[in-house]
Amino acid sequence: MEKHVLEEIKQIVSEERIFLNLAERYSYSYDASFGEYLPEIAVQPISAEEISQLVKLANKYRIPVYPRGAATSLSGGPLPVKGGMVLDMTRLNKKLVIDRENLLAIVSPGVITADIHKKAEEAGLFYPPDPSSSNVSTIGGNLLENSSGPKGLKYGTTKEYVIGLEVVTPTGEIIHTGGKTVKNVTGYDLTRLIVGSEGTLGIVTEAILRLIPKPQARKTLLASFDRLVDSGHAITHILSAGVLPSAMELMDNACIRAVENFSPSGLPLDAEALIIVEVDGHPTALKEEIKRCESICLQAGATNVRVAQNEEERMSIWKARKMVSPAITQIGPTKISEDATVPRSQIPAMMERLKEIRETYQLNLVVFGHAGDGNLHPNIITDKRNIEEMKRVEDAVSEIFEAAVSLGGTLSGEHGIGTLKAPYMEMELGKDGLMMMKKIKEAWDPHNILNPGKIFPEHGQTKVVLTS
Amino acid sequence: MSSLPSSKQISNLDGKAQKLFDLSYDATNQCVQCGYCLPACPTYESMGKESASPRGRINLVKMAAEGKIDIQQDLAEPIDLCLGCRACEVACPVGVPYGHILESAKEVIAEKQAEEKQFPFGDKVKSILLSSVFPYPKRLRFVGNLTRFYQSSRLNKVIRKGKIIDKISEPMAQMEKILPLLEAPAKRNKWGTTIPAKGETKASVAFFAGCIMDAMMYRTNRLTIELLTSIGCEVIIPKTQNCCGALHAHQGMMKQAKEMAKRNIEAFERSGADYYINNAGGCGAMLREYDHLLVDDASWYERAKEFVNKSRDISEMLVQYGPLPFKKEWQGMITYQDSCHLRNVQGVHQEPRLLLKSIPGATFIEMEGSDRCCASGGIYNLLHFEESMKILDAKMENVKKTKAATIVTANPGCLLQMRLGTERQGTSDQVQTLHLVEVLAEACELQ
Ligand SMILES: Cc1cc2nc3c(=O)[nH]c(=O)nc-3n(C[C@H](O)[C@H](O)[C@H](O)COP(=O)(O)OP(=O)(O)OC[C@H]3O[C@@H](n4cnc5c(N)ncnc54)[C@H](O)[C@@H]3O)c2cc1C
Ligand code: SF4
Ligand code: SF4
Repeated sequence: MEKHVLEEIKQIVSEERIFLNLAERYSYSYDASFGEYLPEIAVQPISAEEISQLVKLANKYRIPVYPRGAATSLSGGPLPVKGGMVLDMTRLNKKLVIDRENLLAIVSPGVITADIHKKAEEAGLFYPPDPSSSNVSTIGGNLLENSSGPKGLKYGTTKEYVIGLEVVTPTGEIIHTGGKTVKNVTGYDLTRLIVGSEGTLGIVTEAILRLIPKPQARKTLLASFDRLVDSGHAITHILSAGVLPSAMELMDNACIRAVENFSPSGLPLDAEALIIVEVDGHPTALKEEIKRCESICLQAGATNVRVAQNEEERMSIWKARKMVSPAITQIGPTKISEDATVPRSQIPAMMERLKEIRETYQLNLVVFGHAGDGNLHPNIITDKRNIEEMKRVEDAVSEIFEAAVSLGGTLSGEHGIGTLKAPYMEMELGKDGLMMMKKIKEAWDPHNILNPGKIFPEHGQTKVVLTS
Repeated sequence: MSSLPSSKQISNLDGKAQKLFDLSYDATNQCVQCGYCLPACPTYESMGKESASPRGRINLVKMAAEGKIDIQQDLAEPIDLCLGCRACEVACPVGVPYGHILESAKEVIAEKQAEEKQFPFGDKVKSILLSSVFPYPKRLRFVGNLTRFYQSSRLNKVIRKGKIIDKISEPMAQMEKILPLLEAPAKRNKWGTTIPAKGETKASVAFFAGCIMDAMMYRTNRLTIELLTSIGCEVIIPKTQNCCGALHAHQGMMKQAKEMAKRNIEAFERSGADYYINNAGGCGAMLREYDHLLVDDASWYERAKEFVNKSRDISEMLVQYGPLPFKKEWQGMITYQDSCHLRNVQGVHQEPRLLLKSIPGATFIEMEGSDRCCASGGIYNLLHFEESMKILDAKMENVKKTKAATIVTANPGCLLQMRLGTERQGTSDQVQTLHLVEVLAEACELQ
């Protein structure tokens, strides 16, 4: 970094929040996905004003700027792929106000998601988006990736809960979008444009979130199936029977075995699939609903259905699901997590395609995910140091995307595009669709300062590259 | 996984980076960089930057092993700032062996420093202490006795009043205030003796005295033995035992640590006891990882495993063979600060709480964040005074909220640190800090 530029940065941010030495810079070179890129500098801003000035300076000297939350992104979102400046947002975390009267939370972007869950709950309220990384991830990261979890089925994703934002634009202006009202039709809905934009259209410096009353109770069941297709049918039948579960999760046989191997939970090793169904709401209505779910599962061919009788049993069912992620990493050191999503009715077909891909490429491909909304998580467990296998992984990943898109689905349900899925954008959106998005980006960010190298494929890039 | 690159595929590694690679590269690659360990890490919380987090440190070790950063210039500081509390290891969903990675890094850093003869002043003191005092119980006892003389004479008041020490250095001055009162040398049990059980003998145990405990907190050791005999344990004090080696291992002096481990294994095997008991979380953690320490030494590994199997913390033993013969009612509220090495490495956190709750009349109150490190970290508080005090002062706020009159710990380092915390907070005359054993002994009217 040139000396005079650095001097200017020091005028904006105090020195102990500026990192230049090699060890510090390497510490901002990664996220939870793939790849390692060394930034020139990392800065920890603590206000919108600081960020605004930094972005203006970045425009002046054409320095790429990479916002970064907790770096749990699974798609390369915060990676400084073109060097430049990482903005570590974790210190902009001071505000977390619950407005009970208006059912709102007003938060700084660096606040940890779970802290919002906790604070809302203390006020008898509920912030539903629940990515499994919520103990670590920042709300800023959640907003920009439009994250969600099991509860997305009934309650929707993050974007359903964001009604107002304070944003530093890619040219350094501070703007406010939306507001404190749930209804708002004044002009373009910029709030929704920013949410899910992966840090390419603006830096969020404050957000207004909508909260809802806490559901009174919940009930949970675990059903095992000898045939994967049967589990798929159970899922679609429950939904068409007019029950809207708050979560519906699926695990395939490879996951079941990985979990049992990692931390024995008494799961049936020979089952081809397990589903977890949870309903929430009024206690008396729940009794009915869970019974309906149970009998639908049995009719669909479930070999066993276990309804949790108390909180402890409920937790133990969920523990099995939560163990999937760590358990499968025991199979190998590198995990390529995809989250291709298909319309619900296509789940059995997608499962079938995934099975073929596993066999064709001879890979450790396991599948779990939020089956209720078609958001599957095919994970390939491999070792990035094994170059030959990584080549096969690259091909398999391409085929997974093709399968999802050809079934009417999408590349990503919740993890985002980042670097890893950029090459496939045109396949899903078409040339013109992608061009419209590009025009928006160019209009907002004429010098391509904010998070360059993400979402949009580089020239001639048509396939993910996992080997260097 | 046939085509894993061997270390040779990373070219131009110098000798030390190669060693780091061999020791830790596979372990660092187990980390999937999910960040689940971040909220558990006290230094990440207090310093607020990635390089002070477990994920950051693991990555830096990996970078150094790949030759991308320099061991001395880039890796040494972030590693040195780690408390070694190993809360990250418990939080990690995929079981990354952080303790092993940390110790590998420390070993290589220490070797590199020795090679380059780059001893900053603090390191020199550290090195003299570690190589000339801790390995020799007699020398440490001598230091202990000297401290006792100093405390019982009027000298200490004079020095404190004159603030002579304050002027020399803040950390040393603050430490000086918290040194425990020592017992007269005459009261000490001799090493090599056997103390019979009271009543029926239910088990035979060998007691690990620990170098610091034995020198500076001998009373706690004596009371530990009395508690053990009161529940029917015959206590042997193996004569040729020595320091557990933790301080050495934590400073990267692995060769010495291994030698000490072997001497201890021999000494305790000779006792023929059923269990090997210790009362210091930090030492216990080291003792219980002798198998990892000696894993490459075929002739010692099995013996180390047996040693580990027999090792217990005093609280586990008291719960297993209790109840204790309590004699009097406790007054006031008690709270407990976990010893990280007891909790995170040995997995012991229920037992001390159970014991405290079992004291007649006692009200036990759980403190928020009691499972988080107090930042004593061996001698971290001396070497990184400011960083340590930041964490400690935040903890003391939590202590205050409990309104407890007694803070209980299970490790000498934590005890001194918490006592220092009350000094800094100005509450040391209302809030006492005691070892678990001291509290239990008092409730049993053992003096
Ligand atoms: C084990 C594990 C489990 C996961 N489970 C889920 C899950 O169930 N559901 C799910 O949806 N995701 C999941 N994820 C992915 C990830 O946790 C989410 O994408 C999360 O929202 C990222 O938050 P973060 O704070 O880590 O952001 P980062 O990863 O640091 O950044 C994410 C993106 O947001 C941008 N950004 C961050 N803060 C700002 C800001 N203030 N302004 C502008 N841009 C910003 C970054 O540039 C980047 O593009 C999981 C990840 C892991 C490692
Ligand atoms: S040992 Fe403690 S201080 Fe060190 S990285 Fe782990 S949690 Fe942080
Ligand atoms: S050490 Fe474990 S918890 Fe921490 S980032 Fe690595 S894998 Fe995740």
